[in-house]
Amino acid sequence: MSLAFDPERWWPAPLLPRRDGRGLALLFVIAALSFLAGLAAVGALAGERAAAGWRSELTGSATVIVRPQGSDTPDEAAARAEEAVAGVKGVAQALPLDNAKTAALLAPWIGPGGLPADLPTPRLIAVELDPKAPATGDALRQALKDEGLDADVDDHSRWAAQIMRAGAAVAAIGAGFFALILSTLGAVIAFATREGLAARREVVEALHLAGATDGFIARLFQARFARSVAQAALVGAVLAIGAAAAVKLSSAGDEQLTALLPIAWSDLAAPAPFPVLGALVAAVTARLTAMAALAGKP
Amino acid sequence: MRYGREAEVLKDISFELPRGSFHFLTGASGSGKSTLLKLIYLAEQASRGRIEIFGQDLALLKRAERPMMRRRIGVVFQEFRLLDHLNVFDNAALAPRIDGRKPAGYRSDVADLLGWVGLGERMHAMPPALSGGEKQRLAIARAVINRPDILLADEPTGNVDEAMGLRILRLFLELNRVGATVLIASHDTDLVARSGMPVLHLEAGRLAPAPGFAPDAAT
Repeated sequence: MSLAFDPERWWPAPLLPRRDGRGLALLFVIAALSFLAGLAAVGALAGERAAAGWRSELTGSATVIVRPQGSDTPDEAAARAEEAVAGVKGVAQALPLDNAKTAALLAPWIGPGGLPADLPTPRLIAVELDPKAPATGDALRQALKDEGLDADVDDHSRWAAQIMRAGAAVAAIGAGFFALILSTLGAVIAFATREGLAARREVVEALHLAGATDGFIARLFQARFARSVAQAALVGAVLAIGAAAAVKLSSAGDEQLTALLPIAWSDLAAPAPFPVLGALVAAVTARLTAMAALAGKP
Repeated sequence: MRYGREAEVLKDISFELPRGSFHFLTGASGSGKSTLLKLIYLAEQASRGRIEIFGQDLALLKRAERPMMRRRIGVVFQEFRLLDHLNVFDNAALAPRIDGRKPAGYRSDVADLLGWVGLGERMHAMPPALSGGEKQRLAIARAVINRPDILLADEPTGNVDEAMGLRILRLFLELNRVGATVLIASHDTDLVARSGMPVLHLEAGRLAPAPGFAPDAAT
């Protein structure tokens, strides 16, 4: 049997042999890394959003605890405190908690029966702050002091600071995880390039002896790994997007989970740059590794 | 020239191949023929001594300059060194491709040359499917496709019949006629005698008078 071969239609074949079993294993590792990086990015964005939401809720409100003194009844003290804080610039609204709500808050400690009506218990006032220019805790304290009230102000700053730290930690962990994955990808590609140079020693020698420069040979590995990593990372990124979308859809009716991990549809785009980023890391790593390895040859 | 701490493979050798000359390199197995060729095609570096090619001292040649030097040297390896994952045409087209030429500029040259060495019907074949003679002819085609200034061949007719051997010799003579300096390592005393070309003879790593041939003026 004679196969027709038309030199006029010939186009150069790849100079490096096609992938073998080892190449497939590498692709699997890269797809898995991309999948994990994609989930980490979506998780970090959602975590940051949750922290921002909690922070916003805390910094947008304050609680005043007012204790009756002298001839004041708890209700009178609460009314005076409400009036005092309502007049402070940066306060949108001040609402004393009525007896029923106070009893509900205390129920876990004193039981459902509530407190005797004549017991001079402190009253709580929920203060909603102007989100654009919120009043400070000190301004509220000063207003209450000026009114001669025995009151404390909890502006939630302690909690807000903790949540800000937690949010920063989530972002740092996400960035660290991402950097770790990129470093791992670089290490895997460096190893694969060295292994590829060793496995294709005869090809590399033939190219060298035919006058190929180190750069020419390095470009072959660079292009091969960049393309492979882009393809594998694309698979991993698509799987990560699918998994994150599944989590979002399945948590739609679960308020607790949604509050804990509020994934937005826009977050699903986070893994999209990985194929390009991974290909860049792979190209640079493969080139540097190949150039270093080839430099030792005659 | 020595490998590691082994005894010297080549020693006290001094010769010059004038531009456009044609020489055979003879000697028994282990006499140093292949090593001498490796030194010339820059696959090995001399442990001592001085080698000049195209007027450049190889010891002073920068690494970045070596590929350009290699492109001017065509080599037919004894073990062929074909790339098994490339077909005959791609193997033969390797040198112009590395040179950065566009395929349209050398396609027909490759096809003509493959036809000339008798591989016109085997251009699509992969090297593992070729006979020893076909591999040898492909190795020769690959070495000469860029019309090198120096052509080195290590036993280029070892796997072909006499008629093809003579045809290959004619190709080498033709390349020499258009200016290439040719050095062929060969055991084929008939071919050497028939060519009438001067001989460099190696014995135990030294140049020696070739038995049955006149001493060469290059030594």
